[in-house]
Amino acid sequence: MSELFSKKNKEAFTLPLSKDNPVTVQVLGICSALAVTAQLEPAIVMGLAVTIIVAFSNVIISLMRNTIPTRIRIIVQLVVVAALVTIVNQVLKAFAYNVAQALSVYVGLIITNCILMGRLEAFAMTNKPWPSFLDGLGNGLGYAKILVIVAFFRELLGSGTIFGVNILNYECVKNAGYMNNGMMLMPAMALIVVACIVWWQRAHNKDLQEK
Amino acid sequence: MENASLLTLFVRSVFVDNMIFALFLGMCSYLAVSKSVKTALGLGIAVIFVLAVTLPINYLLQTKVLGPGAIVEGVDLSFLSFILFIAVIAGIVQLVEMFIEKFSPALYSQLGIFLPLIAVNCAIMGGSLFMQQRIGLAADDPKFLGSIVDALVYALGSGLGWLIAIVSFAAIREKMAYSNVPAALKGLGIAFITVGLMAMSFMCFSGLKL
Repeated sequence: MSELFSKKNKEAFTLPLSKDNPVTVQVLGICSALAVTAQLEPAIVMGLAVTIIVAFSNVIISLMRNTIPTRIRIIVQLVVVAALVTIVNQVLKAFAYNVAQALSVYVGLIITNCILMGRLEAFAMTNKPWPSFLDGLGNGLGYAKILVIVAFFRELLGSGTIFGVNILNYECVKNAGYMNNGMMLMPAMALIVVACIVWWQRAHNKDLQEK
Repeated sequence: MENASLLTLFVRSVFVDNMIFALFLGMCSYLAVSKSVKTALGLGIAVIFVLAVTLPINYLLQTKVLGPGAIVEGVDLSFLSFILFIAVIAGIVQLVEMFIEKFSPALYSQLGIFLPLIAVNCAIMGGSLFMQQRIGLAADDPKFLGSIVDALVYALGSGLGWLIAIVSFAAIREKMAYSNVPAALKGLGIAFITVGLMAMSFMCFSGLKL
């Protein structure tokens, strides 16, 4: 049991949540991180979907790592990921149709999400299944964390709601001169919000600053 | 479709539905390979090329094989589209790579490193997935893709939009190397802000009446 949660395994899980975050430090998986964050609900669903897919594709590829020929490994990896994404997409369509509509093509784009290929190449191809699973879980949750933060601010400042529940749209707030910033709902502001997160993180952690 | 609406489709996919600024597709390689204009141009051309080859193929796949009732009446195989699209893209990229290596070693040495990257570029897969969505639209919608020519024009337009975006961003980044940026914003942070400002300026195209 102690071996299962050794220091190295723990780090595979915890590092991506903070110091080695896939979005803000490794710069992976930006496309969907920006496109689905206008509201909190799709952002959380997307984060969970990516977490599940990264964790399990990491395990599958890690189990097969010694039998995959190097020349065609990208295609093998893509097929494994595409199969998992298809399953997740069908499940979403069956049980959360509205969210699936809101995410539109971005569920399918998980296949080409760089986090997946990045982790498969960098970790799962050279590590045993259990550490790979933890690494996938950590990276998926690190990605989900950024999505939730971005979506929180975009939804609150853009439409004045959280999870669709009214927070700021009251007469007294409007009379005091507050307006929802429609700009926050535009794709462009997602980039600025992510930039602010990067700025905050690097200001607190000098090791991450680029020379 | 007549020529005027083909032109509309082309201009729309370059500016209004720009892959980077409106849809955020292919962001990873966009941020990673935009440090110099020359390499950015190489990647942009490779993206146009692969889009123009894979999108019409996937269009045929969608309409002749996967779509509702395409093979057997009443059978909808669209749930297989993810696997088939990505297999086509990965296969074509591999083929293109071998083809260029054999017939144009000069071009190969220029594009060589980017070609394998392109298989996992969201812009390529995204193009195919948006194509799948657009087939289902009403015929008078400007986004509608009704034939393989439409699909090709859409591919060329989106590819060109991607190229314009990455080359202009690379040019700004080259200049930015000399400016004084706060330490914590250097590199990634300022890159995000720059893309954000560029995306805002591209938003003015969304009012375009075409």
